[in-house]
Amino acid sequence: MASNTPVKADLFVTCIIDQLFPEVGVSVVRVLRWHGVEVGFPEGQTCCGQAVYNSGHRREARRLAVKTLDEFRDSDYVVVPSGSCSAMMKVFYLDLFEDEPEMLRRAEELSGKVYEFSEFLVKVLGVEDPGVSFPGTAAFHTGCHLLREMEIREEPRRLLDSVEGLEVRELQNAETCCGFGGSFSVKLPHISEGMLADKVSSVRESGADTLVSCDMSCLMHIGGALRRQTPEVQIRHIAQVLDGELSEL
Amino acid sequence: MPEVKTSEFESASASAMQNPQLRRALDRVGSGFDVARRNAIDEVSVEAWEEWREEARQIKIHTLDHLDYYLELLHDKVTAAGGQVHFAKDSAEANAIVSHLAQSRGVRVATKSKSMVSEELDLNHVLESIGVDVYETDLGEYIIQLAGEAPSHLVAPALHKSKEDVAELFRDKLGLPYDEDIERMAASARVALRDKFMEADLGISGANFVVAETGTLVIVTNEGNGRLCTSAPRMHIGITGMEKVIPSMQDLAIFLRLLPRSATGQRISSYVSMITGPRREDDEDGPEEFHLVLVDNGRSKMLRDPKLREALYCIRCGACLNICPVYARVGGHAYGWVYPGPIGAVVSPMLTGLKESKMLPQASSLCGACREACPVKINIPRMLLELRHRTAESEDPQEQAVSLSEQFMAGTFARVMSGKGWMSAAAKVGRVAQKLLPGMPKEQGWIRRAPLPLLSKWTKARDLPMLPDKSFRDVWRDELRRGDGSGRNGGGS
Repeated sequence: MASNTPVKADLFVTCIIDQLFPEVGVSVVRVLRWHGVEVGFPEGQTCCGQAVYNSGHRREARRLAVKTLDEFRDSDYVVVPSGSCSAMMKVFYLDLFEDEPEMLRRAEELSGKVYEFSEFLVKVLGVEDPGVSFPGTAAFHTGCHLLREMEIREEPRRLLDSVEGLEVRELQNAETCCGFGGSFSVKLPHISEGMLADKVSSVRESGADTLVSCDMSCLMHIGGALRRQTPEVQIRHIAQVLDGELSEL
Repeated sequence: MPEVKTSEFESASASAMQNPQLRRALDRVGSGFDVARRNAIDEVSVEAWEEWREEARQIKIHTLDHLDYYLELLHDKVTAAGGQVHFAKDSAEANAIVSHLAQSRGVRVATKSKSMVSEELDLNHVLESIGVDVYETDLGEYIIQLAGEAPSHLVAPALHKSKEDVAELFRDKLGLPYDEDIERMAASARVALRDKFMEADLGISGANFVVAETGTLVIVTNEGNGRLCTSAPRMHIGITGMEKVIPSMQDLAIFLRLLPRSATGQRISSYVSMITGPRREDDEDGPEEFHLVLVDNGRSKMLRDPKLREALYCIRCGACLNICPVYARVGGHAYGWVYPGPIGAVVSPMLTGLKESKMLPQASSLCGACREACPVKINIPRMLLELRHRTAESEDPQEQAVSLSEQFMAGTFARVMSGKGWMSAAAKVGRVAQKLLPGMPKEQGWIRRAPLPLLSKWTKARDLPMLPDKSFRDVWRDELRRGDGSGRNGGGS
């Protein structure tokens, strides 16, 4: 890694991690710093707007998107520890502003700087071996936006495969949605629960002791059910695995 | 038009999920189709597949951009081949055209090959009301016609029926002894239908494609019934949506690679029938008359809608249904109108009215699996988002359908998240409330039951994380900003 000119990256921590899982944000910062990144945290940031965008409330989403564009105007890189929120900023802002040329230009500029956390480690920092150990067995859950909007398949798996002592197991139907879908989970809860039940079964059948993902929203959803049915399975954001030191959830 | 029940999606999907037999059928057939599709793609290589998809998409874009031209060309070519083209602006007009043809030719018995557009028109009931006996001849369609039901899947209309259901149906409706053997039941249906093929004065078919440059109607089937319907009776009426036109035979080649592989994983279906006009003078058999009814029924409106027109690229293969985790649980009938699944969640609101069908665009976690499976790369999630946007914010009272309380919540959320320091203030309130509110059992930082609107729906099946004492931004301000803890275990790089 080039150490003379450190890479500067600003963290968009996501409102879920900020308010509900701060220890994940801490791990993200520690891992980035360990790999030589100068981490910034623009403190005016809140929510990317996806929660309201996905329910069709574009006026409200626009308000939050404008705010986010302002906050990260001067960033070299924007690192987002979520496939879903990074997709909002990288992909959906372009749709949101498609009829506003000046805002679209700014959205395009941001889009080029946004990286999901594992993607940033592999593509920008060139991390091949994270140099940590995490004894145990893990199953990796890919978020749908990570997979199909960000088109990130290999990066998190490659990182996990290089973690010493960690056995990575495949989930059955690994690419099927867990049923969270934001407002979907409370608008059509019975369908969401059906999808969740299948995901929980596949986690249980994998025999893994830890469920790892790049998205705390999925983990909040699956983890909330695992606690009732299979409490021995832990949930961990990939940054917590790469941090090599378990923070209590 | 058949009765629109899209407004009942919530209750219909909930009761569908209580039906264990439906779930088994959906698991078996739906995922079976999807596995076959993936295998078929692997066989030709993903790279080749992606090229075909893109090529097909470009053909659809081009054709719909010049739809007036291709429809006129199609009209001229069908006419030149001795057929007649009828344009129907809506279902009433289409039904009137077919009824008039049937009545004026003294038709008493009609056989039908599979056609989703005829479901859209509710054509069978219309023809029955003027005294024509109509027989569906696709086995699945035959089964649901006997049962008086609607198709629940685009290519497997009786997917929701078990073999026991069918055995009972054949016993009750056809007077056959109860027999669960699938091959023997198919043979019984074949015997029953064979007479109808011979009796029919009219054969009705849909069309998978219509080729403009030659005036050719193309149907893709596996049972051979389509060929009998379109060749044995003295008149053949093909009914299809006007978006089914493609420019040339060369274009057809790419779609014939994509459709069977996407639908059932087959390299090619058992039958691909290409019909150009009625029988010619030197033909030994074939219908004396050939009519092509091209139905609009809301399609022009979709065409004029730049955000939703790509729904017209659909070739009705059903791949999006087979991969959809929502469809896999609720089945086709819950969607409440002719077109189920992800593409139905876009098309039904457009053809029946968004307000009435407002729950359909919500029937998705926006996982995007449908877009990945679609052979013409239709961006279904993006259109669902667009429809959600219209239900939330459209100025057209026919579209705006979201409740005031949701509007209020979305507005409040955006205000809290954009006001300086408001999010932290709200979190402070939440930290106090989660400790004080009664009836919220907690365990290790998670709430077991939250007796509050929305949150109670969440905690029905999952625990809800509590707000910790410090947010990330608090930790950043207090510890991280200065560079403490830079690196693992306090070490630096």
